[in-house]
Formats: sequence, C-alpha cells, structure tokens
Amino acid sequence: MGPGLSAQTIWRWTAIVLVHLAVVLIWYIAVEVGEVPKFVLASPQETLLSLFDTYPWFHNTMVTTAEIFGGYFLAVVVGVGLALLFSWFRTVDTLLMPLVVSLNMIPKVALGPLIIVWFDYGIQTNIIIAFSISFLPILITTARGLREVEPDLIDLVRTLRATRRQIFVKIQLPGSLPYIFSGMKVAVVLAVAGAVVGEIIASDSGLAYLIGQVQVTLDTAAMMMAVILITLVGVALYLIVLGLERLVVVRDARVETV
Amino acid sequence: MTAQPASGGEPFIRLVGVKKVFRARREEFLAVSDATFDVNEGDLVSIVGPSGCGKTTLLKIVAGLFPHDGGTLEIGGAGSDFDPARDVGMVFQQPLLLKWRRVLENVLLPAEILGLPMGEARERARGLIDMVGLAGHEQKYPYELSGGMQQRAAIARSLVHDPRLILMDEPFGALDALTRERMNLELLRIWEQSRKTILFVTHGIAEAVFLGTRVVVLTAGPARMADRIDIDLPRPRTLDMKTHERFGAYARHIYHLLGVE
Repeated sequence: MGPGLSAQTIWRWTAIVLVHLAVVLIWYIAVEVGEVPKFVLASPQETLLSLFDTYPWFHNTMVTTAEIFGGYFLAVVVGVGLALLFSWFRTVDTLLMPLVVSLNMIPKVALGPLIIVWFDYGIQTNIIIAFSISFLPILITTARGLREVEPDLIDLVRTLRATRRQIFVKIQLPGSLPYIFSGMKVAVVLAVAGAVVGEIIASDSGLAYLIGQVQVTLDTAAMMMAVILITLVGVALYLIVLGLERLVVVRDARVETV
Repeated sequence: MTAQPASGGEPFIRLVGVKKVFRARREEFLAVSDATFDVNEGDLVSIVGPSGCGKTTLLKIVAGLFPHDGGTLEIGGAGSDFDPARDVGMVFQQPLLLKWRRVLENVLLPAEILGLPMGEARERARGLIDMVGLAGHEQKYPYELSGGMQQRAAIARSLVHDPRLILMDEPFGALDALTRERMNLELLRIWEQSRKTILFVTHGIAEAVFLGTRVVVLTAGPARMADRIDIDLPRPRTLDMKTHERFGAYARHIYHLLGVE
C-alpha cells in the first residue's frame, strides 16, 4: 500500500469503531429500557464512573499488565528457543515433540493451583502461569514453520553446496516468521487467561483479584470495569504483536489467524 | 545454428548406461536404466517421457544431488574445470521464489550462497532481469507477479552465478497453455543470448521437439531410454515450425516410442 491512508483503510477503521460503539449503545439501552437492577448489570456510565471509586485501579492494572506481558515475553522466548533446538537436533525433536503434544492436551488452567503451591502466590507465580499456558502454541507453530521448507528449494540450494547455516539463515528462519507470528497471536489470549487464572486462585493484587474483592460487595460496575481493563491490556498486547508482524513479515506470507 | 561441438569433439556431458535403483522397504525400484546420450556444450537437450520414467531422477543425478548406481557420467570432459557447485543452475516446475524477498534479492540468492562479490552480482542480476523481460519489476515481491513472471525470475536466478549448465525440470508445466508457448519462445531467446548448455525435462512432446537440438526419450515401466533423436529444424525456431512436416514426423516418432497412437 502506498503512503497515506486509502479509502479502504479509513472505512475499515470507521467500521471497527462503529461496531464497538453500537455494542455500548445496545448495552446502555438494555439497562435503561429493561430497568435492570444495578447489581445485575451496571450501565456504561456507571461502569465508567467506578474508575473514580477508591479502588487502586492504577496499581492493579500495572500488576496485571506486568503478569501478562512478562508471561507472554517468556513464552515467546522459550517457545521459539525450544522450536529452534528441535529443528537443529533431530533427536531432541523425536524425543520431545510427542511429549509436547501430550502436554498441550493438559487443561493448563488446572495446573494453576499446583504452580501456586510450588512457587507461592504473587506476580512471579502469575507470570509463570501465564507463560505455561501460552508457550505451547508458539512452540508448535514455530516448529512447524521451521520444518515446512519446499524440498525442491532445498535441492536448489544443495546444488550450490549451501551450508546448513546458510539454509537456516536464508530460508528456514525467514520462512518460519509467519508461523511464529501466527502462534504469537494465538498466545496473547492465553497469556491473558493465564494471568487472570493465577489472580483468581490466589493473589493479593491485580485486576482479576480486584474482581474477587468487589464481588463480595456486589459492586457490579467495578467488576465490569476490571473486565474491560483486562481486555484492554490484552488488546494492547495484540496490537503490538500485529504491528511487529507488519514490520517483519511480507504481506503475502502472513498467516491469517483471527 | 547455435549448437556447436565442444573443442576436440568431446561432449560436455556424457552418460553411458546410467542406472539408478531406489530401495523402499524390501522392494527395489528401477528409476533409471540404460541412459546413454551426449550433450554438447551449448546444446539444449530435451528429455521427454511420461510420469515415472525417471526423467527428474536423471536430472537430479546430473545435478549431483544423488549418486547413480551404475554406468558412467562425465561432465565437462577429461581434465575440465567444471565445478559442480558453481556451474549448475536449476529451474523447477514451481518458481520457488522466497516470498519475503524482492525479485532482485531472489535472483541474487545463488550469488549469496556461493559468496560471490555482491557488487558485480547485483550488476549481473539487473542485466539478467532485463534479459528475461522483468525490467522495472526488480523491487516487487513474488506475490505481485503472475506465474509466468515468477518463472522468468526463477530463470534469471538460475543464471546469476554464470553457470555453464542449466537444468530445467518441467519449468513451464504449471503455466497455462498460451503462457507456456510464449515462455518457450522466450527460453529459446534467452538460451541463444546466454549460450548456456540446457537440459530440459518435460512431458510435452511438442515442447521437447520445438526446443531441443536433441531429444532423449524415456519410457516408464520399466524405466529405460527408448531413443535419442537429433532435431534437424532450422534456427531460430518459430511457432510456424510446429506445422512443419518434419516437426510432425519427429513428434509422431516420439508418440510411437511412448506407445501413444
């Protein structure tokens, strides 16, 4: 696409904003017209106003953000790193890939309480939970991307006596980038879920922890605000990943996920 | 006439009774047998045959991708300076361009792998991109090009390290009929301009006759060489020649060898 904004891009962004505003509008009408009690469903304006209540919003948002971003960063490093090891050492791949597939079947949310037993509760523990839930898809898609090289292309560079290093640097690694990003996009949602699970099971701060706190007083507006803030942190991370993908991966090579 | 005998009368490539056996589980499968033919320097030799006749296998043996199990294969003649890494260019049915590289960068790939001086290689790559008819498309990504244009880029890539031998494995097999005809003419022009030796694998009988100075006919089940035919048609070849009586006779002979009547 050329410089500046095309009509198509402007229309797409307008549509995104309009759809979101429409949801808020429906929410507003439902609460006002339906006369829903405040403790069941707070209106949009009440939800927004809960930000001025005395809850430590900023601190909790920072804690949750740190957990999500920290766990996610670890997941990317470990997921991509392990996939590279798998591709460099066939024995490691043969031994560990079946294990990875089994591990992927574990409902990782159920590991939360165990991890808390092992590491005590706190930000670090929630980072580990977010990491453990989100790194497998990155590992699996990256490993697949590194494996997926056209055999004829390998023949072509073999006639030129390309070294393994050259094949890796010039063909395998750049070829796997779209897959890495496709795994990374899936992992964002999982990292958010991981941090929330950790906070809900046992913790002393964070937005999901706050939800548990205000549930006791039936402050529905604050609960909804917390959910919205968690979502916004996830959206921010997702947009960062999308932006990076745009920088690094040529349009045609991108793997569409969501 | 472009075809010229190599100095001293010795062929550039000589195959005598070349054979290849693949083993899968306990079964042996004869992929190539009794391949015996010469290729002179500067020739364009077509290898034609049905699927499973071993034509791709034969090409890969010449490329040095795997060893043969019998017979002799000599490239470059005795005491030659043929360097299997530097002197072979390949083109496949798929263009196999790297999606994340622009045309110019794709064409440069062999030069990078061989560690050639990049300044010169860049210069050469630009010249080749012009020659294959992609001038002005150097900075485009593969997805911005049509199938025929991608294959042109692949041909430029096969020439960038100035190899003496180009191996082509059904390079136009994935293109539509009309583009294929056009690419045949383009290939002849590129061949005459670059004066390379080309081995051209195809299952198109008309294509094999139209392009080749010589046609090697392989049959399947069992894989063996049925004939090698020198094509005595004037050059430069034009599409009109496809209606030529002699062209028809060559094609009919090959159809007969391949059991299609």
